[in-house]
Amino acid sequence: MYAQMVKSTGTGVKSREEMSPEEAAFQARIDAGEKIEPKDWMPEGYRKTLIRQIGQHAHSEIVGQLPEGNWITRAPTLERKAILLAKVQDEAGHGLYLYCAAETLGVSRDEMTEMLLDGRMKYSSIFNYPTLTWADMGAVGWLVDGAAIMNQVPLQRTSFGPYSRAMIRVCKEESFHQRQGFDIMMKMAKGNAQQKAMAQDALNRFWYPALMMFGPSDKDSVHSAQSMAWRIKMNTNDELRQKFVDQTVPQAEFLGLSVPDENLKWNEEKGGYDFSEPDWEEFFEVIKGNGPCNTDRLAARNKAWDDGAWVREGLMAHAEKKRARKMAAE
Amino acid sequence: MKTEWPLWEIFIRGQHGLSHRHVGSLHAPDAEMAIKNARDVYTRRNEGVSIWVVEAAAITASSPSDKGPMYEPSESKVYRHPSFYDIPDDVGAM
Repeated sequence: MYAQMVKSTGTGVKSREEMSPEEAAFQARIDAGEKIEPKDWMPEGYRKTLIRQIGQHAHSEIVGQLPEGNWITRAPTLERKAILLAKVQDEAGHGLYLYCAAETLGVSRDEMTEMLLDGRMKYSSIFNYPTLTWADMGAVGWLVDGAAIMNQVPLQRTSFGPYSRAMIRVCKEESFHQRQGFDIMMKMAKGNAQQKAMAQDALNRFWYPALMMFGPSDKDSVHSAQSMAWRIKMNTNDELRQKFVDQTVPQAEFLGLSVPDENLKWNEEKGGYDFSEPDWEEFFEVIKGNGPCNTDRLAARNKAWDDGAWVREGLMAHAEKKRARKMAAE
Repeated sequence: MKTEWPLWEIFIRGQHGLSHRHVGSLHAPDAEMAIKNARDVYTRRNEGVSIWVVEAAAITASSPSDKGPMYEPSESKVYRHPSFYDIPDDVGAM
C-alpha cells in the first residue's frame, strides 16, 4: 500500500500469558476499540512500527507529487491544469497531516525527512514508475488513488488517535482524486482511436504496479499478524487486492478498455475475480531501489531539500531577529 | 546549521458559529507564517473563517495517568443530568 512491508518489531504476537501487565492492559484497550493517544503508555514495538508505517505513508504522499507534477505544465487545458494542481497540492497536504501524526510519537520532522533522503525509510513502490503520457494522469488517479482509498478507508478506524484523525481528513479529500482520474480516462477512452490507445496503454502499464501497492501476498507477509492485533493494519493484503480488482474490472469494462490479464475471470463460487499475481520479483527490485525512477525520485527530493535550506534558515533567522527586537522594545 | 521550524497547533472556526476546533499541527518559523501555512494546509475547501495558531511548546496538557482522579468524580453525580428527575407528563414540556 502507501505503506508496504512495514516491519513490526518483536517476535510475533504474544499470548496474554506472555504479556506484561501494561501490555495486557494496552491490548485490552485496543480490543475494546479505544483510541490510543500520544501520551498514553504503549509498547515500544507499537511506537516504532507506527513511526515506520505513518512515515512511509507520509513519504509516499510527498514523493507521489512528482509523477503527477511532471504533467502540470503540459496539461491539455487550463481547467485540467487547475485540477491537477489542486490534486498535487492535496498530496502535499496529506503528507503534512501524516508527518504531524508521526511526530506525536516522538520522531522529529527533520529526522523523518533525512531518513527518506538517505534511503533508510521507504515510500510506495508505485511512485517509481514513470508517467509517460497525459493518459497516465488518468490511470494514476483512477488506479493508484483508487488503491490508496481501499487501504485508507479502513485505516480511519485504526487504534492510534492521531493517525485515525489524519486518515479521516485524507479520505474526505481523496475521492476527488480518483474521480478526476476516471474523468480523464473517460474522455480519452471515448475519444479518437489514438486517444483510446493511449488510455489502454496507460492501463496496461499501471495495472500490475497498482496491484503491487497492497504488498506481497499474506503468506509471505511476516509482519501482518502483530500489526493486525494492534489495529494498525485492518485488512490483509490479499483481501484488499481482491476488493480492488472486483471494484476496478467493471469500471474498465465501462471504459471499453481491457485489463491486461488473460487469466482474469469471474469466479461465481468466491463471488470475485480470479486474476494473475503481479511479478513479485519486480516488486522486490523496485523496493530495493532498482525501479525505473527510484534514482530520479530521490534525486528530486534531495535537490528540493538542499535548495530550500537557505529559505528554511533565512526565515528562522528573520523570525528570531523579530522576536529579539520585540522583546527589546517591551 | 540545524534549524527545524517550531511546531504550531492549529485551531479553526468553521462557518457555523461553533468554537475553534483543533485540526492538526504544522511547522513554521513564526506565528504569521504559521497562519499562512495553516490556510494552505487546513482550509483548502472552505473549512474555516478564522484561524488560531499556538506554539505547541506553549500548551500544557493533562496527563493520561490522571484520568481516574480527574474524571471519575463526575461519574457518580447523575443528578447533574436532566434525565435524573422524573417530571410528570401532565406538567408538559420542560
